[in-house]
Amino acid sequence: MTMNNVGRPTAPVIPGAAAAASTFTGNQGLAIEEPLLFEVGRPDASGVDFDDVDAFESRLGGLGRTAPVDLPGLTEPETMRHYVRLSRQNYAIDLGLYPLGSCTMKHNPRLNEAMARLPGFGDVHPLQPLSTVSGAVELIAELGRWLLELAGMASVAMSPKAGAHGEMCGMATIKAAIVDRGEARDVVLVPESAHGTNPASAAQLGFRVVGVPARADGTVDPEEVRKRLGPDVAAIMLTNPNTCGLFERDIVEIAEAVHAAGAYFYADGANFNAIVGKVRPGDLGVDAMHINLHKTFSTPHGGGGPGAGPVVLSDRLAPYAPVPFVRFDKDGTAEFVETRKAAGERELKPFGRITAFHGQMGMFVRALAYMLSHGADGLKQASEDAVLAANYVKARLKDVMSVAFPERPAMHEVLFDDHFLEGTGVTTLDFAKAMIDEGFHPMTMYFPLVVHGALLIEPTESESKASLDQFIGTLRHLAEKARAGDVAAFKAAPHLAPRRRVDETLAARQPKLVYQG
Amino acid sequence: MRYLPLSDTDRADMLSAIGVASIDDLFADLPAEKRLAMLPKLPPHASEQAVARRLGTMAAKNTPAGSVPFFIGAGAYRHHVPATVDHLIQRSEFLTSYTPYQPEIAQGTLQVLFEFQTQVARLTGMEVANASMYDGSTGLAEAVLMAHRVTKRDKAVLSGGVHPHYRGVVETVTRFPGHTVESLPPDLSGTEDILAAIDETTSCVVVQSPSFYGHLYDLRPVAEKAHAVGALLIAVFTEVVSLGLIEPPGAQGADIVVGEGQSLGNPLSFGGPYVGLFATRQKYVRQMPGRLCGETVDADGRRSFVLTLSTREQHIRREKATSNICTNAGLCSLAFSIHLTLLGGAGLTKLARLNHANAVKLADALAALPGVELLNRTFFNEFALRLPKNASVLVETLAARGILAGVPASRLEPNRPELENVLVVAATEVNTDDDRAALTAALKEALA
Repeated sequence: MTMNNVGRPTAPVIPGAAAAASTFTGNQGLAIEEPLLFEVGRPDASGVDFDDVDAFESRLGGLGRTAPVDLPGLTEPETMRHYVRLSRQNYAIDLGLYPLGSCTMKHNPRLNEAMARLPGFGDVHPLQPLSTVSGAVELIAELGRWLLELAGMASVAMSPKAGAHGEMCGMATIKAAIVDRGEARDVVLVPESAHGTNPASAAQLGFRVVGVPARADGTVDPEEVRKRLGPDVAAIMLTNPNTCGLFERDIVEIAEAVHAAGAYFYADGANFNAIVGKVRPGDLGVDAMHINLHKTFSTPHGGGGPGAGPVVLSDRLAPYAPVPFVRFDKDGTAEFVETRKAAGERELKPFGRITAFHGQMGMFVRALAYMLSHGADGLKQASEDAVLAANYVKARLKDVMSVAFPERPAMHEVLFDDHFLEGTGVTTLDFAKAMIDEGFHPMTMYFPLVVHGALLIEPTESESKASLDQFIGTLRHLAEKARAGDVAAFKAAPHLAPRRRVDETLAARQPKLVYQG
Repeated sequence: MRYLPLSDTDRADMLSAIGVASIDDLFADLPAEKRLAMLPKLPPHASEQAVARRLGTMAAKNTPAGSVPFFIGAGAYRHHVPATVDHLIQRSEFLTSYTPYQPEIAQGTLQVLFEFQTQVARLTGMEVANASMYDGSTGLAEAVLMAHRVTKRDKAVLSGGVHPHYRGVVETVTRFPGHTVESLPPDLSGTEDILAAIDETTSCVVVQSPSFYGHLYDLRPVAEKAHAVGALLIAVFTEVVSLGLIEPPGAQGADIVVGEGQSLGNPLSFGGPYVGLFATRQKYVRQMPGRLCGETVDADGRRSFVLTLSTREQHIRREKATSNICTNAGLCSLAFSIHLTLLGGAGLTKLARLNHANAVKLADALAALPGVELLNRTFFNEFALRLPKNASVLVETLAARGILAGVPASRLEPNRPELENVLVVAATEVNTDDDRAALTAALKEALA
């Protein structure tokens, strides 16, 4: 007897038919639609069992509920399916390259998750007696030490909960220092390439924002800064590397001019991943900088948070950092200072408190695990690989796409404009949506605002060369396809995602923010 | 290095494709005299085992809440989180995705946000909710700033029952733009007269219920007075489980409701990350800070979700944005939402009842000790005691005996000597009869 070595067919019988199939359920094989919780849940269903409660005398003082809680529940198996099905409609870094410029979507090591879940970190309360949490204080101190060493700064405020919160913290520190000097400086200079949170954070603290234009090569001209400096200027907020993916090569000159005018230098550390271990912001004249642990130090983005944005500070600003903080004695012993009273007794002048407790401890554990794993050599290598990857993408695409600032080396991200799409009828948005069909998350689009139809690509150090080559090949293919005049395919993209193009205008015109039944 | 896929051969090939001789050529714009050769004070890379050992040693120096009789609350609460929650939030597609800026490949995150917003709105008795804030305290600060925008006034009145740290955050963010905060003194008895502090210059009145000291407040008269003078009522809670049993703030006339959602789905984690809940009336939606998810359709007419009303936000409005907040508490709001889905409305009420019952039993047992005074006529799962001795000293004494008894009020209010003997004690469903007996016996002995 001979074995049947042909077996079942492994290719579709009719090529291309699979995607178009219409089904009874609306599902497409493994792509399963999931209704809203409010359509499948029941008010009395629950996935949690409780012991009965003996009768007791309530102490609610007549303020008890007059109506039952109007929320559906699901049993455990239904809950599992609801969320697993939803999860499968998401792109993720664990699925593929996620080249969102300025977002640093790098690999999230699972050791870090395990460490954050150790009961000694995950199951300790922020107000336990300090004698029972010495290891938690030690962890915060150790992470702080790494951040200070990498940034070349004097002090760190650990409590900011995200990048923008860090901006607010750093700018409040600057404001406190200025008030302490008896001055009323109220202007903050912000280059036009800055992320929108920079001017928003400054404005929230009562500063007036004055823009600084970029020069033709995408960087800030020290002369333009000098023109705007004066006795009313409190600070400059500069992102370096900037949002065009370029290193501000006149940064030392800018810092000197800012300091000479009596102002402070705030750096947005969103793009720190390009320079870790290569240069220290403190050595460049920076007075305050937030560090996005969720970017540079790989704490997971989690679909939009939680972030963590500790702020490193120069000597001049250190006394004004908010409570709580860890302070080191001369012999190196860490001391946890929780209140303004305690800080005052140590002759410090914290500007206040910016969150209830000590900051994003869960993110601190993950970030320190990442740093210890990489070590000094690995962190430097990671930055070099990130910069190498961006420049490789730039080099391999420069003949088919338009590099916005081709003259300077890119840092960890490379900016293209839409010049290469001119006359094709395809827009940056269409181009990005076509990438989705090819299995990629699009790059950051239409940001920064300094070039037309921006496409900002940040591949990170987490990609293999094969992965980069596939990505490059895809973009080359799409650029050529756009030029070949296949506009309709772009306009209708994506075709193969869980959703076709989503109507954002309708959502904003008639906001439906909750389920109405 | 296990996290870096490029080999030296890859690197050489890539440099050659770029057309430079060495990696340093790509860093040519960094000032030469400032460039680092190496970071001498930091150790080299380490194996997974070595890192786990190092961090494990640090973790082992702490006393986990679950290892001892534990009664600490004051803004963060230990609850049992079903195992399903932590499993689901570690799905790669939730854990390692970014903010859902490309809705076609982020419907999972977006639908979760829409469901979260609906859950929060219904739970608080409000019309709309946002996709979450950093935590309860920053949420409150944003609520006060929002009230200033809505009323075009700048004086907030804060009840003495507001968590001292929350008050601190409000004072910080309002001080810089020159706004005024009038904070009533700590309301130990739950009987303050906040109505007297409200007038035509008031932008908003902030009342926390259950309060920092555990008292429940009737918000209706406060809402009435606030509305009569054109001010908003902001209701705050730090224990979201209380809403399973207590009349929601929306039904009592609150205009903005903010709170800490950590209790559902999220571990204590030494203070963060947590999840701020923020809900308001439909008419104020365009003044609301934070990210919002809305329902729409795709090109095929299928129901879809997308981030919306972004014209309020910084990337469009820059310095004119309603707030500088860019992220939400994504994964923590997912954990909250899953836990609440597992509970359902009926389950949440059962959980709340169990908490209340445990707190009542504990309060009665402790109040029966000689010299111990229960300061609360009303409470949910947390209450304040006046002890015959310094509360900080007693807490340390009991900690040394392996019992985490509560939070001395003076730790958060160091400038108020009158609070030195006040202890804030919380009880949740995790406490057993044995835990309560251990605390009662130990406190009795320590006071003897």
